[in-house]
Amino acid sequence: MATHTKTASSALFDGSLLSRAARDAFRKLDPTQLIRNPVIFVTEVISVLVTILGLRNLASGAPAGFALAIAVFLWLTVLFATFAEAIAEGRGRARAESLKRTRTETMAKLLPNPADRAIFQPVAASALAVGDHVLVEAGDLIPSDGDVVVGMASVNESAITGESAPVIRESGGDRSAVTGGTQVVSDWLVVRITAAPGSTFLDRMIRLVEGAERRKTPNEIALDILLAGLTLIFLIAVVTLVGFARYSGTVLGVPVLAALLVCLIPTTIGGLLSAIGIAGMDRLVRFNVLAASGRAVEAAGDVDTLLLDKTGTITLGNRMASAFIPAPGVTERDLANAIALATLGDETPEGRSILAFARDRHGMAPERPEGAAVVPFSAQTRLSGLDHDGHSFRKGAVDSVLAWLKIRSAPAEFSAAIERIARAGSTPLAVAADGRLMGAIELKDIVKPGIRERFAELRRMGIKTVMVTGDNRITAAAIATEAGVDDFIAEATPEDKLTYIRKVQSDGRLVAMAGDGTNDAPALAQADVGVAMQTGTQAAREAGNMVDLDSDPTKLIEIVEIGKQLLITRGALTTFSIANDISKYFAILPAIFVAAYPELGALNVMHLATPQSAILSAVIFNALIIVALVPLALRGVGFRPIGASALLRRNLLIYGLGGIIAPFIGIKLIDMLLALSGLS
Amino acid sequence: MTFSGWAEILLVLLLIVLAAWPVGLYIARVTKGERGFLHPLLSPIERGFYALAGVDPQHGMSWQGYATALVLLNALHFLMLYAMLRLQFYLPFNPDALAGMSPRLAFNTAMSFVTNTNWQAYGGETTLSPGSQMWGLTSHMFVSAATGIAAALALSRAFAQGGLKTLGNFWADLTRIVLYLLLPIAVVAGIALVALGVPQTLATHADATTLEGAKQTISLGPVAFMEAIKELGTNGGGYFNANSAHPFEGPNAWATMLEAFLVFLIPIALTFTFGKIVGDRRQGYALLAVIGVFVIAAIAIAYHAEAAGNPLLTALGVDPAQGNMEGKELRFGIPLSALFNVITTATSCGAVNAMLDSYMPLGGMTSMFLIQLGEIVPGGVGSGLYGLLVFALIAVFVAGLMVGRTPEYLGKKIQAREVKLAMLAVLILPLSILGLAALSLVVPSALASLGNAGPHGLSEMLYAFTSATGNNGSAFAGLSADTPWLDTTLGIAMLLGRYAFLIPVMALAGSLAEKVKVPPSSGTFPTHGLLFVGLLCGVIIIMGGLQFMPALSLGPLAEHFAMLAGKTF
Repeated sequence: MATHTKTASSALFDGSLLSRAARDAFRKLDPTQLIRNPVIFVTEVISVLVTILGLRNLASGAPAGFALAIAVFLWLTVLFATFAEAIAEGRGRARAESLKRTRTETMAKLLPNPADRAIFQPVAASALAVGDHVLVEAGDLIPSDGDVVVGMASVNESAITGESAPVIRESGGDRSAVTGGTQVVSDWLVVRITAAPGSTFLDRMIRLVEGAERRKTPNEIALDILLAGLTLIFLIAVVTLVGFARYSGTVLGVPVLAALLVCLIPTTIGGLLSAIGIAGMDRLVRFNVLAASGRAVEAAGDVDTLLLDKTGTITLGNRMASAFIPAPGVTERDLANAIALATLGDETPEGRSILAFARDRHGMAPERPEGAAVVPFSAQTRLSGLDHDGHSFRKGAVDSVLAWLKIRSAPAEFSAAIERIARAGSTPLAVAADGRLMGAIELKDIVKPGIRERFAELRRMGIKTVMVTGDNRITAAAIATEAGVDDFIAEATPEDKLTYIRKVQSDGRLVAMAGDGTNDAPALAQADVGVAMQTGTQAAREAGNMVDLDSDPTKLIEIVEIGKQLLITRGALTTFSIANDISKYFAILPAIFVAAYPELGALNVMHLATPQSAILSAVIFNALIIVALVPLALRGVGFRPIGASALLRRNLLIYGLGGIIAPFIGIKLIDMLLALSGLS
Repeated sequence: MTFSGWAEILLVLLLIVLAAWPVGLYIARVTKGERGFLHPLLSPIERGFYALAGVDPQHGMSWQGYATALVLLNALHFLMLYAMLRLQFYLPFNPDALAGMSPRLAFNTAMSFVTNTNWQAYGGETTLSPGSQMWGLTSHMFVSAATGIAAALALSRAFAQGGLKTLGNFWADLTRIVLYLLLPIAVVAGIALVALGVPQTLATHADATTLEGAKQTISLGPVAFMEAIKELGTNGGGYFNANSAHPFEGPNAWATMLEAFLVFLIPIALTFTFGKIVGDRRQGYALLAVIGVFVIAAIAIAYHAEAAGNPLLTALGVDPAQGNMEGKELRFGIPLSALFNVITTATSCGAVNAMLDSYMPLGGMTSMFLIQLGEIVPGGVGSGLYGLLVFALIAVFVAGLMVGRTPEYLGKKIQAREVKLAMLAVLILPLSILGLAALSLVVPSALASLGNAGPHGLSEMLYAFTSATGNNGSAFAGLSADTPWLDTTLGIAMLLGRYAFLIPVMALAGSLAEKVKVPPSSGTFPTHGLLFVGLLCGVIIIMGGLQFMPALSLGPLAEHFAMLAGKTF
């Protein structure tokens, strides 16, 4: 991850953030906004009611202290809830501000005729339409999102990714997408604009980070319904209590009933719910992943099948030479020499690994001879090599080399070696010199260190990993075994991926995948969580519901963990909030009925000082617990890959049992403080 | 409390579970349309019914279809029963020429028997003729029980597979339940009760001369078979006003044990049926364990409260060793009374063999609290299971997030629609119980019905609406229930408690049935095992019970602590 995001996440709160959030907390008291949150809205309505009553008493000279004290803490309950949301939003806003600075008005060089770079007219970037062609030269900011039509250039994308090393963008292929707001460092590009003004990647990103496009996720909606239902149930219980109390010969004041209701309705989770959601998105942003919606983050927690590309995710990007196997009658030295010469012109990472292997293991490091002609790899011959002084050296796929040698069947010993290499999951290359079969190179896929353990972890979380590779079945099976994935798709075409995803989804499973190419787009769109690489094509970036700015497909695993963490935090605080109710009954019920039935004082198990201090302590605890849990809501409850049963036991113990016990202690402490300070 | 007392209680419970196991599997089998051992005898009758009614038992119904059939049939039965009760005077088997019921009492009674409540605002043998008792009440005990079981089956099926469009055929379910389950057991149990001394005759009374030479008229009637289905279908409406405390309804300890056994048999059996239908027996065991926790805890509290006796009486020199025997039959004693009482209130049976009004405050509160939890541990036949499943869904939804997935129960994802329907159903309980009880406590005409003042009066009123809403039907007694206000409001409470709960549940079943069934993995929230049992118990207490605590603390709790402090009202 880039460094600037680390510094941003180092402090959970800082001064300016807090003061801004405090101001926003008051702005959010607007009932038309607050009505989206039923529990806190009810609390606000009740706060208004109690305040009016308290003030009326004050004006008429009746005792008003208790009612006003209750009113103060009811208001604090509401304010702490809006503050939690404001502070969660504030953290995203800082990032959005820095993004906005890159969105300054730029001038674009509009090409009336894309073929002719010489003639362009300067226009404002905001005036560009989809389909326009623009020229971007070294030092220019790319005016809007687009596809490179002509040219190749290095582009500094640090504005988006935070990564300062420039990346190559070129026409055609999977590296043709450019993002508005990034800067061309060298060379030039002709870009066809693909995004209308205001809907560029940068704009979307700013809106996402700001939370402007935040909608309630399906799980949030369901939870809201539960909380609204609970609020109604307790509303019925408190309103009917008026009748029961009247029968019992006691009149319960509005402040007392208000206190009981607010303590019973789930204000803790109601107050923190949206903060948890925003913080979850924010964690992803800090992790340099942008999610199109909270729904996508939630889906990430639910994912139970991960589709992972072999290359770059499971194995190190490139295959490396791991053995040279001579054909019958060829010495190792001659083979190594032929291999080194055949590879001299091969600049690919694989070629370099072969040269390194020849040098390190066989002491063979020939210089390129004078006048030697490099034969580049071509799609027709599928061979590459070197011609020099009448000698020719070639290497390539086994059948291509045999075809070049015009040999119908290779020696049995050689074929056996090839088969053994393939079965081990490696790739065999054949090498020939001057019409003679010299031997084979084993190119091995190196499984990333530690990835096997990660997959075992995922399995414990109930997530199935599926490796996707273009390799044949035998090779794929060998690497799958070595990496410890649960399943693999060999010789995979983009359609295969799509079919596999549909099949798994029809069983009720949720699938996540990462991809960057245009032909990945349908599968990315079909997957429940499709993570497009920032470096990928525009089509891929639009198809996925997340974009990884670091373009690291391995991050899929962490994305799933962040999604789970979000859901766990929500569940933990809901459980905690509901479990809190038990103790509040023991605090409030004896206090409000003690006038009617003094014997009910026996239920005052906490031995709270007076009825007033008991009710006040419960209300104060109820308000303070929200603000006390804000850090947890923002940070999230830790996720451990220990399997659902163990995780449930652990969290139920902490947040369920803890939720029952904690308020007993908290209310008692507050009551003692009130008694000490003589307030009650 | 004594060892032999507990041994008696646990033995009965153990026998019930052992018998319920095969019965549960049998229910799953016959309601699926598979052949049981009674098929050679009864399947021609079953086919005859289908042919007569033009029903294709294979034809599946959507949730709307299923719910409509269920509600329409119940409405029809309500009208039939209402007419029968009003016109009793003109109908046969009325040797004592008893007059028809008043409109409001007929409304209350018809609602009571159609909803499986069996609240008895009427006087039993002195109000109803043998004819009305037989085809009026007894036949509806079968229909209302079968209705509940059918609805529970429909909800269970919704969990069985993914992508289901239908929940089964209501007519076939109803026919099979009555024919293969309720009738055979009721017949056998009825004969057993006759053997134990329960009368079954069309004569309405026997004349006897007492030892002192006085003339006495002893009421009789077709009691035994009504008694059998009264217990088996968790109905609870006794032939006699005194219900199972009447010597002809519960002549001895054996008959009482048999009755307790019958009450629990089907509610417990249905947990095994559920496990069988969803294809995972452990799911049923978990529900059974939750039921076990509540039942045993309730028996312990009630037994303890009654056995300890009334401290006020002890202070007056009454021997506390006998416990609180007021209102209890000497032939049963405290353990059996406590067991019977918990069993009939834990289920929605509502039969009583001792008068709750005379229980110690905590003993009575235990019963009331069990009903307020929603009649779900184990509740009425069928209605208990679907109620328990609603709470299981809520429990999974609340805590399920803590494993890091959106919650799913038995592979079915719980989303906004399911939460909405579950909360809608659960909301009915406090609305009807607390709402109507609080209202009745401030309406002067209703207050006149109370037999006691102070917190005990509050308990009487709260209990009445609790019992009606929970479709239990037992009474705290002490309340004169046949008044215009109470007949009407209690009738409404029964209606709400049954259908306002049932219809959201049917919609829930429809919504769940359509969903894909996600195969379980190690990341799935486990809904069997001790952890889930504990969680579900906690959620039932906190979300199903706590809202009643303020009202309860002004009733039985106030009375309890006042009693400890030596105060009476």
